[in-house]
Amino acid sequence: MSHVPTGKPTGKEPAGLRYPTNGKTIYHRPLNRSKTAELSQSSFAYLFSEMVTYAQRRVTGIQELEKRLNNQGHPIGLKLLDLLLIREPARSQTRPLNIISLLQFIKMSLWQHLFGRQADRLEKSSNPDTPDEYMIIDNEPLVNAYISVPREMSQLNCAAYVAGIVEGVCDGAAFPARVTAHSVGGNEDGEMWPGKTVFLLKFQPEVLEREALIASKV
Amino acid sequence: MTVFALIIINKAGGLIYNKTFYEAGLNKISTNDYLVLAGTFHGVHAITSRLNPVKNPANRASASAGGMLTRPDPPSGLEVLESENFRLQCFTTLTGVKFLLFTDTTQANVDQTIRRVYDMYSDYVMKNPFYQLEMPIRCDMYDRKLLSYIREINNR
Repeated sequence: MSHVPTGKPTGKEPAGLRYPTNGKTIYHRPLNRSKTAELSQSSFAYLFSEMVTYAQRRVTGIQELEKRLNNQGHPIGLKLLDLLLIREPARSQTRPLNIISLLQFIKMSLWQHLFGRQADRLEKSSNPDTPDEYMIIDNEPLVNAYISVPREMSQLNCAAYVAGIVEGVCDGAAFPARVTAHSVGGNEDGEMWPGKTVFLLKFQPEVLEREALIASKV
Repeated sequence: MTVFALIIINKAGGLIYNKTFYEAGLNKISTNDYLVLAGTFHGVHAITSRLNPVKNPANRASASAGGMLTRPDPPSGLEVLESENFRLQCFTTLTGVKFLLFTDTTQANVDQTIRRVYDMYSDYVMKNPFYQLEMPIRCDMYDRKLLSYIREINNR
């Protein structure tokens, strides 16, 4: 890090770029820090609320809105895959190579990094017609913590943003998939998790083909 | 000890939320009456806050002597209205939203209750992307949290 300027004030303040007074720029921070660093949930809630409002502009339907939220999350997923893998200990620093380990990676590392806890459940579709569908279940998605969806938009789930992140991770790991978020919690009073959300991962056929091929070789 | 009802009035004097928590022995009033009630209270509140416009001038002088220029708190206006059968506590936020809580006359810690109600408003209403400012509040999550909080107090 010797080439990074330390930002000691040199007499006259130069116009333009300013450095923090202690001389530490963002480049001086280690990449592997912030295992326990937490952010304010309120500021995230306000930011996310504005993101939803922004995505709502000039859309004609709920599907389009979800698509936009999905697109906002996608690049984050691509980047997080790299970041989380480099933060793993050196011996386990490998990209997930089959669907199960990819899902485990998302359930544990990704959820832990984003929300400070693991996802609640993983499931494989029990329907024999759709062997390409897997489900990640979150009882209380953090992004929906303060959001009440109006009745006329009841199919909307703002966790489509998180679905976009998951989709980014899958695409980055070369498991192209479509990921969508669905609310499954009932509206009844006795319901334990009214915000329960299922992230449905539908992998492309070539992924399953490859998966079968690898399984037959082993 | 019972909390009867909550009314929220926006800064223009419009009713944006009303909820009754305790049914027994209360007269039902129509939505129109609620609107009139909110508007009337808003007017009365505006008058009462003008009755004592300057708050403790001696205090202000000492604060500005310390080098800090401070603006005095705005006059709070009507805070509590008490009758034989109920007590009305009003809490005005810095942005001019008024929370009116109708309780039993013996109810304790109404300040804390109303504060908590405001907390929940700022969480579940203000952070909701589908809520439009100054418009009636229709947020399931707020309803749910509010009901469970007040139910807990009423069952104590």
